[in-house]
Amino acid sequence: MCLGVPGRVIAVEDQIATVDFWGVVRETRLDIVDEPVAPGDYILNHVGFAIRKIPASEIGETLALYEHLMKEAEQDMMAADVRAEIAGLGQAGEGCDD
Amino acid sequence: MTESGMAASTALTGSTAQLKFRDPVRGKALAKALEKVTRDVGRAPVSVMHVCGSHEQSIAKFGLRAILPAGLNVIMGPGCPVCVTDTPEVDEAVVLAGDGVRIATYGDMVRVPGTMKSLGDMQAEGARIDVIYSAAQVVELARDTAEDVVFFASGFETTAVATAAIALMPDLPDNLSILSAHKYIPPVMEIVAEMPGSKVEGFLAAGHAAAITGYGIFERFVERHGIPVVVAGFEPLDILAGLVELVQLVRDGTPKVLNAFPRCVSREGNRNAQGQLWKVFRATGGRWRGIAHVPNGNLRLRDEFARLDTRKKYRIDLRRLWNHAAPALTQLCVCGDIMAGIAAPTDCPLFGKQCVPDTPVGACMVSSEGTCKIWHQYGGVPRL
Ligand code: SF4
Repeated sequence: MCLGVPGRVIAVEDQIATVDFWGVVRETRLDIVDEPVAPGDYILNHVGFAIRKIPASEIGETLALYEHLMKEAEQDMMAADVRAEIAGLGQAGEGCDD
Repeated sequence: MTESGMAASTALTGSTAQLKFRDPVRGKALAKALEKVTRDVGRAPVSVMHVCGSHEQSIAKFGLRAILPAGLNVIMGPGCPVCVTDTPEVDEAVVLAGDGVRIATYGDMVRVPGTMKSLGDMQAEGARIDVIYSAAQVVELARDTAEDVVFFASGFETTAVATAAIALMPDLPDNLSILSAHKYIPPVMEIVAEMPGSKVEGFLAAGHAAAITGYGIFERFVERHGIPVVVAGFEPLDILAGLVELVQLVRDGTPKVLNAFPRCVSREGNRNAQGQLWKVFRATGGRWRGIAHVPNGNLRLRDEFARLDTRKKYRIDLRRLWNHAAPALTQLCVCGDIMAGIAAPTDCPLFGKQCVPDTPVGACMVSSEGTCKIWHQYGGVPRL
């Protein structure tokens, strides 16, 4: 699904960023994103790749959205998708593919 | 909901910095605004289409249909990539799996029915199917094994760029190849706009695909068809705001492109991603399941990447599958009509009976973005 997941960059090495998605730390590739990414930046992740650096002014609201979504009922597909997207950043999971 | 996202909507004034994405007050204000602009059009119904499964998910999940004005018809378009993956594409992966090739693919693809079987069926028969989340995982997978690995890659341009990035990596292992079922959204909008009897007066475009392509890509479409396009995000307020803008454009008879998702989308989009996408893929005509043959709607590897192209590496003979008659039930599936906006899941005799998420007959019941699955999950969303 095309929500994408935002996370905070902890470290960058070559084309791989270590990113914190609410305490879940995963690697995200930087081959696609069109701006330099540095620790402290927020990025939007899609199928393991950063697709956009999120402007600082937008971060609070975006994170609040996803945090809220994650608290939704377990049965909720949208929340499940976001969780799977985070869990799956380094492992297999029911994922989005658009 | 974000400040800039809301600022793009003329329906709101004042500071929106504290706005929460589900703020009911703002939601009601937007719903009121939507009702007013819809009434202003002066005729009913006004029909608009979204082309993203995530939009439908938000609409269903947050019960937005219940607050949409009676005069506004929001049609679900062909926005679920799993659903539009054509049967022969699934069959190709099924045949390869049967030949002992290891298949890596995104989760939902495992249960999409092919002509006779799904990849899940093949797995039950002992085939090696790896569900991946990140496209980069396929490279690791191939490095860790001597077996042939096929990346059965599906999804729209947002996902295709990740596949492109893989294809461009240096030193890829020889045992890896890519079976592309990627699809490209803009051409299917042309098809829908030109369908005889199409009632679509405006499109709500998917924010994340537009993050890659930029919203400028819709300008020619708008010029050609005189139909407005608004790029919207996926939060309920994003969608409402996008709809307000879209209906305003319909009302005013001013077809143009508006961006109601500025935090993720610019006019140019992600140039780097576009460069990689078109370096690796070319757009070619092909069928979208249930919709039509879509000129330039399929993304296939360019000749320069032949060594990575599963279709060049193997002779995939689909006839073995097609010697059998297709299971009778699938012939009743009206997925295609649903995605074209002319039928609803409840028009299907199998919906909720023979066809449920655990035993899907059609692709629309497989993906969490599929209309039938969403309606089933949320108890249906009759027109309110
Ligand atoms: S309910 Fe199942 S068979 Fe009917 S249209 Fe939906 S996916 Fe197809």
